[in-house]
Amino acid sequence: MSDAVLTRLRALLGSAGVEREADGLPRATPDSSESFAQVCHVASEEGWRIRLEGQGTWLPADAPAELALSTRALDQVVSVSPADLVATVQAGAPLDEVRRRLADQGMWLALDPPGRPDRSIGSILATATAGPLRYGFGSVRDHVLGCAVVTGDGRIVRAGGRVVKNVAGYDVTKLHVGGFGGFGVITEVHLRLRALPRADVTFTALGPRDRLAAAARAIGAASLSPSALEMFSPALAAEAEWMLAARLTGTDSAVVGEARRLSATGDVTWQQLRADRSAAFWGLTARAALAGPITLRLGVLPDGLEETIDLVGHDLDEGLVSAGGMGGLRWTGTTSVERLRSLRRAMAAREIPMTIERAPWEVRREIGHFGAYREGVGQLVSKLREAFDPKGALQVALEGSG
Amino acid sequence: MQSLLPHLERITGPRWVRHRRAELATYAMDGLPTRESPPAAVVMPGTREEVIAIVRELHRAGVPWVARGAGTGLSGGAVADPAAVMITLTRLNRILSIDPARRRAVVEPGAVNARLSEAALPFGLAYAPDPSSQAACTLGGNVAENAGGPHCLKYGVTANHITELEVVLPDGSTARLGSRGGEAWGPDLVGLFVGSEGMFGIAVEITTRLVPLPRAVRTSLADFGSIRAASEAVSAIIASGIVPAALEMMDQVCVRAVEASIYAAGYPTDAAAVLLVELDGSEEAVVGDGAVVDNLLAQHGARSITSASSPAERARLWQGRKKAFGAMGRLAPDLAVQDAVVPRSALPAVLDAVGAIGRRHELVVSNVFHAGDGNLHPNISFDRRDAQLAARVHQASGEIMEACVAAGGSITGEHGVGSDKRDYMPLIFDAATLDAMCAVRRVFDPLERANPGKVLPIHACREWRAGGVA
Repeated sequence: MSDAVLTRLRALLGSAGVEREADGLPRATPDSSESFAQVCHVASEEGWRIRLEGQGTWLPADAPAELALSTRALDQVVSVSPADLVATVQAGAPLDEVRRRLADQGMWLALDPPGRPDRSIGSILATATAGPLRYGFGSVRDHVLGCAVVTGDGRIVRAGGRVVKNVAGYDVTKLHVGGFGGFGVITEVHLRLRALPRADVTFTALGPRDRLAAAARAIGAASLSPSALEMFSPALAAEAEWMLAARLTGTDSAVVGEARRLSATGDVTWQQLRADRSAAFWGLTARAALAGPITLRLGVLPDGLEETIDLVGHDLDEGLVSAGGMGGLRWTGTTSVERLRSLRRAMAAREIPMTIERAPWEVRREIGHFGAYREGVGQLVSKLREAFDPKGALQVALEGSG
Repeated sequence: MQSLLPHLERITGPRWVRHRRAELATYAMDGLPTRESPPAAVVMPGTREEVIAIVRELHRAGVPWVARGAGTGLSGGAVADPAAVMITLTRLNRILSIDPARRRAVVEPGAVNARLSEAALPFGLAYAPDPSSQAACTLGGNVAENAGGPHCLKYGVTANHITELEVVLPDGSTARLGSRGGEAWGPDLVGLFVGSEGMFGIAVEITTRLVPLPRAVRTSLADFGSIRAASEAVSAIIASGIVPAALEMMDQVCVRAVEASIYAAGYPTDAAAVLLVELDGSEEAVVGDGAVVDNLLAQHGARSITSASSPAERARLWQGRKKAFGAMGRLAPDLAVQDAVVPRSALPAVLDAVGAIGRRHELVVSNVFHAGDGNLHPNISFDRRDAQLAARVHQASGEIMEACVAAGGSITGEHGVGSDKRDYMPLIFDAATLDAMCAVRRVFDPLERANPGKVLPIHACREWRAGGVA
């Protein structure tokens, strides 16, 4: 089988665009949305299952399939417009490379996802894995103006546009950001940028969890506007106690004022990180999400953080936890499918959605990225999948089997 | 239709079903002056349960329908053709709860935008999106259109402020999308539903975010000798990293109309363009950033800059902008309020092109718009009783859309496609993308009964073919 697939793909893409993975699986690395679409079309027609891959740093490349399809050769920064604060980037481009290109021209993509700095832009979008900066700049979708998507059966859909405000047609982009590739593969994206902040300082405070959580809420109630406000478990922060970290960015005058008010808020003692340590600190906390095989996020509100952390601690372990000041909790560790199922049930009873962001295939297959849907949602999701991947070529476990 | 009416009357009581010609005239138009068509009947549910019962009844009877809020939309999205029933949601106008600690509000779809901010005010909170029609428009309509407003530059559009929706699908079933916290429950169906222009169903319960009122606000008015200079000042402010709460521009035609009206705000009538820049945040940020902004305005040729921090003075600076559409009523009986978006860097060239299109068709075009995000509103004054004039307005509107698209823009930034812009959709979307939109619509509404004939060009809606490339 794999030889036939290999031959067919080579006929489509030439030998440079196709290779064999270590496990013998043919891997296609098309270098345009069009050739990407051709591969999906053929696979869909032939009934081949497709394993999607980016830079291979986030989701493990382990879905059973007849071929792997990688965005690795789609790694170009297509265009950058400083005057409009918009960039067009191919999905396989590594985040750190994009960041560097933008910084050279005084621009900034205000996304700090968990994982390695060379994660592909496409994987960040597909999994909607936002980091601490979502406190100030919103979730992943808020940075996406439009995207090109190849559907499971090989059509190219170009949703949204390159302007910062746009209500023409249905906002199909929203389906693909956080769709885990289940509705198609993002191949190119138009990103909303910001000017690189002139001032960027980070403060940290250590203490008991509940005191820090209260401080985070006090910061919110005082209408302070940090760009990031994130709480880290002791194991994640590599400290004896919990840590609260606040990142202030903007113009000098704004940051100075915010810093002064921050130090007067909450029953905690803040320490300013040295400028040269700040980037390393946020990089390390982002990487902690790779310290175990499973990462999940919980859409909890700020006032439910402590209870939810207790529940997670009870059902899984306290391990590596980060929690945003506006809510949202991320856990990384090792656990069983049964425990995840039970946590998802417990969360659903509290109206908190649980998304598996990263896990081995045998876990994804069992419980899915999503599950315990609310009323009416499951049917909509399966019909949407049918519309975008009618033959089920994309091997994505949006929902579990059990 | 006649056989349907008793069923609808049984649901809402006869008082809330309208079907006489004179009664229907009120519902023949929305804010778009160029499309007029009365529905077959109007039904006005008073509860969520009545909405569900009505949609089920219409589904059973196979009758198409159009949901409507206050009817202030500007794209003809809330106009029904004579075979369709209109479901007006203005009786469902309650603010169900405000949770200040979590900064959330739960409202019914007919709740008026400005009422929500008023209700949140005692808690030091506000609902951020502020379309010009906010004193009348409903949050259900805002959700359908993904409404914007001047302060969306900093705070984002409706989609950024909706966390959870209970929707009635066109078959009468219900679905709960999103979650209170805002995290999607599965894929982002709230994001998909917001802006679907009433074609996916009716939102009967809407959970919104509320934002804290800023500690300090500062508004500056600057006037310029050319639109180009004002546009360059806009780009310079954005490039500085400062994100103003609002950044609005008015051209000379607009300023003169305002100053000749009862809304006169003291704007200089010899200016080619006037910019309003509003900063909000902490006191330090507003003062510090205010100095930077004033500097940038001066560097780019502002002839005078007036700044104000007190609410009364700020209101005076804003008055001309807020009342601009009212003032334009002086110029002609009707106003075609256009809506398009261009990259900020293209503003001067596109405004030149818009001016030239107006002159070529001998039309009065005024511009008042959200310059910070490149969201243009070229307004054409006319009298719809003059058919020839109306035809020139239509022609000019099409040319303006083409100019905006050619500059890399979009055909609508906040008013929606509705029936007005439907035929421009192929200017920005290829056939495969329009097909995908059709397919998404059919997921929510397989029989295409909710707000039929809007958004998607009819010829584009062919079957979502099997196999795309080959």
